[in-house]
Amino acid sequence: MFELADIFDVLFLRNYNTRLVVICTMLLGCACGLMGGFLLLRKRSLMGDTLSHATLPGVCLAFIIAVMLGGVGKSLPILMLGATITGVLGCAAVLYIRNHSRIKDDAAMGIVLSVFFGAGVALLTMATKMPAGAAAGLESFIYGKTASMVLTDFWLLTVVTVCVLGLSTLLFKEFRLLCFDEAYAAAQGWPVRRLDVLLLGFVTAVTVAGLQAVGLILIIAFLITPAAAARFWTDQLDRMLLLSALIGGLSGWLGASVSALIPNMPAGALIVLVAAGCFLLSMLFGLERGVVIRGYRQLELKRSVGRQHLLRALYEILEANAVSAEGIQIRAVPFRQVRGRRTWSDAQLRRYLKSAYNEGLIEVIDREDQISLTSAGLEAAAQVTRNHRLWEMYLIEYADVATSRVDRDADAVEHVLGEKMVAILESKLQSYRPVESSAVPVSPHPIHPGD
Amino acid sequence: MEWYAIDTWIVIVGMLAAISCALLGNFLVLRKMSMMGDAISHAVLPGLAIAFLVTGARASLTMFIGAAVVGVLTAVFTQWVSRFGKVDEGASMGIVFTTLFALGLLLIVQAADHVDLDAGCVLYGAIELTPLDVVWRPEFFGTVLDVPRAAIVLLIVCVVNALFVVLFFKELRISSFDAELATTMGFNANIMHYLLMTLVAVTTVAAFEAVGSIIVIAMLIVPAATAHLLTDRLGTMVILSVFIAVFTAALGHVAALCLPGWLGFDPSIIETTSTSGVMAVVAGLVFVAVLFFAPRYGIVTKRLRRLEDVSDLAVSREEADA
Repeated sequence: MFELADIFDVLFLRNYNTRLVVICTMLLGCACGLMGGFLLLRKRSLMGDTLSHATLPGVCLAFIIAVMLGGVGKSLPILMLGATITGVLGCAAVLYIRNHSRIKDDAAMGIVLSVFFGAGVALLTMATKMPAGAAAGLESFIYGKTASMVLTDFWLLTVVTVCVLGLSTLLFKEFRLLCFDEAYAAAQGWPVRRLDVLLLGFVTAVTVAGLQAVGLILIIAFLITPAAAARFWTDQLDRMLLLSALIGGLSGWLGASVSALIPNMPAGALIVLVAAGCFLLSMLFGLERGVVIRGYRQLELKRSVGRQHLLRALYEILEANAVSAEGIQIRAVPFRQVRGRRTWSDAQLRRYLKSAYNEGLIEVIDREDQISLTSAGLEAAAQVTRNHRLWEMYLIEYADVATSRVDRDADAVEHVLGEKMVAILESKLQSYRPVESSAVPVSPHPIHPGD
Repeated sequence: MEWYAIDTWIVIVGMLAAISCALLGNFLVLRKMSMMGDAISHAVLPGLAIAFLVTGARASLTMFIGAAVVGVLTAVFTQWVSRFGKVDEGASMGIVFTTLFALGLLLIVQAADHVDLDAGCVLYGAIELTPLDVVWRPEFFGTVLDVPRAAIVLLIVCVVNALFVVLFFKELRISSFDAELATTMGFNANIMHYLLMTLVAVTTVAAFEAVGSIIVIAMLIVPAATAHLLTDRLGTMVILSVFIAVFTAALGHVAALCLPGWLGFDPSIIETTSTSGVMAVVAGLVFVAVLFFAPRYGIVTKRLRRLEDVSDLAVSREEADA
């Protein structure tokens, strides 16, 4: 359908017109991705929604006033000035309502959005009926006119993007503090309110600059989606912001290029869909918080917990017959007895047994239902039991937990503790009471081995 | 300003839409899901487009069903993304509705050659045109009433919503304030959630087809939030929000007729402006008035009370000193 050369021409910006459009959307994507990261962490993602709707009355009002004063209504700077003013007013209104009444964030945003947009629609209706006419172009603020961007748009976007990028790099530390712990920042003496307003001011600047490039509705996606996608890959703010800006830029580049390549494909919509695709991939395969990796981690945890339970159950059964800690003999234990130690199902226990067998920790003696630890298994079991007992002891001695509840609490917490933490606890306990390092301490509560 | 029978019908249609939305809006505001109306009204675009592409006609019913289905899907997807991806609820809403909107836009543009589906019409609505679509002419005492289709549709929606709120009031209340308690009491808060979302979607679609999504978004949130500032009781809040909605709708249309004159436009050229837009603005003005002057929670009243408290304290201190 397409010549390969055409595709390369567009992707590598050989054509002047597409070059302009693609670079514009890329810049916009970077700037929006960056600001969106801050918004996401402040749980204010929909602020972009409110903001972009709130610019409409400003655009229309600026147009009407300009025409009434006998000027050219559709001059870009005037319209953008109007948009900025009502955008900032909208943000301020949201913050005011939220801070001074029992109305929550979401309702405050909804109120400002609908009322401002309503005013915008009322003004737009009048503007289109004005005798000076030619207000039809105002609509491009709502749906965008990506394909017909000109050099002035490019310079405008460049200036805004560079300013926003530079200033937010300078204020990175302050914004980070604001995002993660507003109260702490305030206690440290930072001007939290002013920083908040400044951040929203940046967002407004990006939104207004991008409005007519991708349109009122689709700029919202630019402010939310790349940031949310980046969040799946990392827990570190600087990396997240960088990634978010990258994803935004990538969506802009791909979306605008494809739109230039295939006729009848609106760029704005394509950009949003590319960003949404990035989000979906990140949500599934993100290395830090993606669905797959979290599922895998949960499975791993479950398996290691099961292994520890199995080893401890076996150890405690053997221990019940032994005279002293040193005199524990390895012998076969019937399946039913192990099964009776905990509330686990046959299938669960079989699964744990199988993976323990694969690790060489247990042997299955002639028939299926006789289980015996190997010597390596005994060692591991002693280690697991020892950790458990130490932890129980710690809970009793230093956390004042009643003896009857210790076993369950210890169970709940010990699997989550890393090895490091166990070692620290151990050394702490040893400094209080000398325990022979390899020995398993006696259980602080009575044990009823399998029935 | 001149008042015709058409204006009466516009006000009636506006009121019905406002009441339908305000009834459900109370629960959205309490559940911190106010933006759902906005999200759904943007997200239904692909539903409309697909219904059109499949049937090839602007049959009202199929488009209505298509839109309502996508509306419910918006709520479902939002919950999925926020639950499985552990994404903030607002962000997941934003991602879902912008994606669906973009998809809809793409579909519409693809079919643009033979579609008079106007995205603008979806957003602003055309409440001014509703009285022209007359479907029923009953005769009362010798006068013929031209009942428009929108009035009948919205009346049905309004009755359904009112029945829902009245019949499930207890369930709605408990699941809005304490979902866990609802589950322990034996009914599924999740089912209530989806029932509510279905009704919000149906109402949104029915209302914006008739009157435009601005009224829907505004009326879902503003009357309920206003009522929330006036009372602490849910029952009172619902009733108050309905009254506010009715008042706003009536005043909104009157103001729409007067506004161009007030702004100094020549009334012979610009007779009126968008009723939906002005209704939203009037709702906003009512909210602002209540925000400042509500008896208990108003910003000004609170400040005055504090001043009074301080002076009372001073007086009692002086008395104690004397």
